[in-house]
Amino acid sequence: MTSPLLTVNNLRTSFRSDRGTVRAVDGVSFTLNRGEILGLVGESGSGKSMTAMSIMRLIPEPPGSVEADELRFDGIDLLALSERQMLDVRAARIAMIFQDPMRSLNPVLSVGRQLTETLRRHLALDGAAARRRAIELLEMVGIPMAKSRLGAYPHEFSGGMRQRVMIAIALSCNPSLLIADEATTALDVTVQAQIVDLIKTLVKDIGASVIWISHDLGLVANLCDRVNVMYAGRIVESGPIRDVFYRPSHGYTLGLMSCTPRIDLVGERLRPIEGLPPDLSRPMTLCPFLPRCAHSVDRCRTERPALIEEQPAHWASCFADLTGSWRQTT
Amino acid sequence: MTYSSPSAETEIEIVRNETGRQLAFRQFLRNRAATVGLVCLLVICLVAIAAPLIAPFDPAAIKLSEKLRPPSLIHWLGTDHFGRDVLSRMIWGARISLSVGLTVVIFALATGVPVGLISGYTGGNTDNTLMRLMDGFLTFPPLLLGVAIVGLLGPDVQNVMLALGIVQMPVFARIVRSATLAVREETYITATRALGAGVGRIIGHILGNIMSAIVVQVTIGFSAAVIAEASLSFLGLGVQPPASSWGRDLSEARRFMNDAPWLFLAPTAAIMICVMSINFLGDGLRDALQPRSWRSHRPAAKEPNAT
Amino acid sequence: MTSPLLQVENLCVSFPGTGGARVRAVDGVSFTIERGKTLGLVGESGCGKSTTGYSLLQLIKPTSGRVIVDGIDIASLSRREMRPYRRRLQIIFQDAAASLDPRMSVGDLIGEALDIHGLARGTARLPRIRKLLDLVGIPARLLQRFPHELSGGQAQRVAICRALAVEPMLIVCDEPVSALDVSIQAQIINLMQDLQKELGLAYLFISHDLSVVRHISDRIAVMYLGRIVETADKHEIFGSAAHPYTKALLSAVPVPDPDMERTRERIVLRGDLPSPANPPSGCRFRTRCPVPIDDCAQIDPPWKTLSETHHAACIRIQGIPETSLFEGVRY
Repeated sequence: MTSPLLTVNNLRTSFRSDRGTVRAVDGVSFTLNRGEILGLVGESGSGKSMTAMSIMRLIPEPPGSVEADELRFDGIDLLALSERQMLDVRAARIAMIFQDPMRSLNPVLSVGRQLTETLRRHLALDGAAARRRAIELLEMVGIPMAKSRLGAYPHEFSGGMRQRVMIAIALSCNPSLLIADEATTALDVTVQAQIVDLIKTLVKDIGASVIWISHDLGLVANLCDRVNVMYAGRIVESGPIRDVFYRPSHGYTLGLMSCTPRIDLVGERLRPIEGLPPDLSRPMTLCPFLPRCAHSVDRCRTERPALIEEQPAHWASCFADLTGSWRQTT
Repeated sequence: MTYSSPSAETEIEIVRNETGRQLAFRQFLRNRAATVGLVCLLVICLVAIAAPLIAPFDPAAIKLSEKLRPPSLIHWLGTDHFGRDVLSRMIWGARISLSVGLTVVIFALATGVPVGLISGYTGGNTDNTLMRLMDGFLTFPPLLLGVAIVGLLGPDVQNVMLALGIVQMPVFARIVRSATLAVREETYITATRALGAGVGRIIGHILGNIMSAIVVQVTIGFSAAVIAEASLSFLGLGVQPPASSWGRDLSEARRFMNDAPWLFLAPTAAIMICVMSINFLGDGLRDALQPRSWRSHRPAAKEPNAT
Repeated sequence: MTSPLLQVENLCVSFPGTGGARVRAVDGVSFTIERGKTLGLVGESGCGKSTTGYSLLQLIKPTSGRVIVDGIDIASLSRREMRPYRRRLQIIFQDAAASLDPRMSVGDLIGEALDIHGLARGTARLPRIRKLLDLVGIPARLLQRFPHELSGGQAQRVAICRALAVEPMLIVCDEPVSALDVSIQAQIINLMQDLQKELGLAYLFISHDLSVVRHISDRIAVMYLGRIVETADKHEIFGSAAHPYTKALLSAVPVPDPDMERTRERIVLRGDLPSPANPPSGCRFRTRCPVPIDDCAQIDPPWKTLSETHHAACIRIQGIPETSLFEGVRY
């Protein structure tokens, strides 16, 4: 067995604010294998984006602070790298795409220029070769008339097309890891379907691994091999996609599934998760989900559950026995 | 990068019955520079009001035997070339400077704000006509326009006020218009319209939300007016002797710069302190009027189920 | 038979576009909403669904068409004449916090709604405000809070409360839960359903999220580029969608079920939405349609009646399609 592409061990990211230290990521550990698509799901403030930003070392320090027992990417200790070395890793080895492509693209530079710049800097291509490669890339992400659109500016593209450009830039240096942070959230469903298909085929072609960050359980079900469910800065459940979706083992995962309206099911009343997520600036000694949990047991009120392997490869930090609480779809 | 979640609420908290105005005031007091500015300005105002009571000498009393005396125990700030007490002149001068500033700003507010509001709210041709008119005023260098108006009407404090008011009106109009344009498109204005609110109420909402822009402009306008009055008086177009104004005295002091620097320093310091106080006050008000800074409750000290 | 609560006939809204061309954001939309029912209006961004909602309330003046409430065409009313009708029709927005004046406390916001229509004055005012807040599940201790001190869900509750204060019959809901996390989204959806039952409200529920629309609607209208292309009762849309656009839209919605996601058939549309300033001739969907024929470019598709409650505008529809998009699921 080969070593994992990415190993994250006990990642802790915190911010100093006027209300005290906010633990945005609070002891997250996971591994990502080569060629794997890993989902990170959770609601806003759950720490899923912060986890990605921490891995990319994009957290401004101060006010932030990123610590980890291990943060290893393809044999490289990311925490030991200088800012310069990290710049190279970010450009060529780990690529990231965001929710809002308009903000990630420079509005005063043509799309072709932004693409070729990356290519020239990181792949040391000359002008003509970079241009050829840029056209290839745009064609690859399904932009019609790629050649004539090299000179176009970001605002001349639709939202879906801009996200395609972002993907082209992200994949231009054949990265081994692609981090997509809510990459399709701002897009319409029909365009989202196109982009998801595109990412699926492209990463298979270049053999990249993906961390897919989303709040949309449906997308994760479609795309991912494994999923980490995050809540209040921690991974509360982790496992192969089918195990987590068909046998949710944490009260939060179960709650999330029960409150999501589904297009394939006849409308029964939704079962919302009552209350609000916890304030991350306060110390937590019990399960962070306890105040909102509908399945808590006595033990939840006395000690904090650890993340344990309940089934092979299926981890959860929950004392409640949730067997049978979720409809078995298959 | 702060990570605030509004979930910090629990049952234990103090609910205060405070209006936005009170919360804004509380926020204002947290700003030290602004509070100092406010206090300074209040002192200057009090001094101006109480001038007949506190001025040690008659500001116009000429006593040539005492001329150009440096600061002493009798004349704290010295005397000028006519032997007039500089401190007394400064105290009386505050009346002129402050009343010019106040009148000018009130005039500019009373004319500029309605123009800007109507222009921004109605849009279309009304907006175009009004704004082209305002642009017309703005093409003149402000001081030159002031000089022209005063030249036309004759050198007199009232004319100076009118001239400076006219100069500032288009600035107010433009600022109010652009703020109105931005606020008019806010969802809460649409929501209020949808509730069935009339034009008056909508304008009320808009005014409330452009208030910080107006307040800032008021402080800028006020200090600009104080300086402009000084400049016009310096040019001999403002206050006529023997009345005193900071600008007037500054202009006269210029001839004795080497022999009697206190003559020059006193009005300079007065203008500086006054203008800076107003500017600090303005900054503080602008920040305090942002609803984001208002806290109607105190976050509870600890989470009940955390321990 | 009683007349419907709201009847929209041939509503058109156009804006001046670049180069003198008029952008027809809404182009001949007709529908009715019954008392106490929900019409879901779905479509992708730029299809004109929000503009439709705004023009119902005359927040954007329709270019032509009729909006009939209680037998009166409110589109023909002047601003002043319109004001009493504003009580009947209310609106809530996607960004609830932005729909509340940042300088007003929760209590003042609700109070203002009462004041505008002269409801509950004097000593009756505060108890009424408290009762309204109670109705939407906002505890009285939040009365003095300002909008920025509320969470997203709380802000939407306050916005709903403000709309309810004037006792409307219909609330236009413009993507009311799209900005919320799913757990909060479910709370708001349940609240809206409870209020509907309790107060007999009708909703025009505008959303791009078909899962949510399916959950809350009785009838559904699908919009594409300023037109409604299909309208039907909920079970008909989800059971036997007829228009190729509706089918594609449904097939594109992800389902949180890994096995179904990986096996179900997906209709992936090509390209992007054409510009509404220059819509394609004939059927507007033909440029992205998976099954176009030559006639589509010539014929503006007329409405086909598939059942008493199910209509679609596509020349290729023969009968009612029988295959379900979600195999094994009964509708």
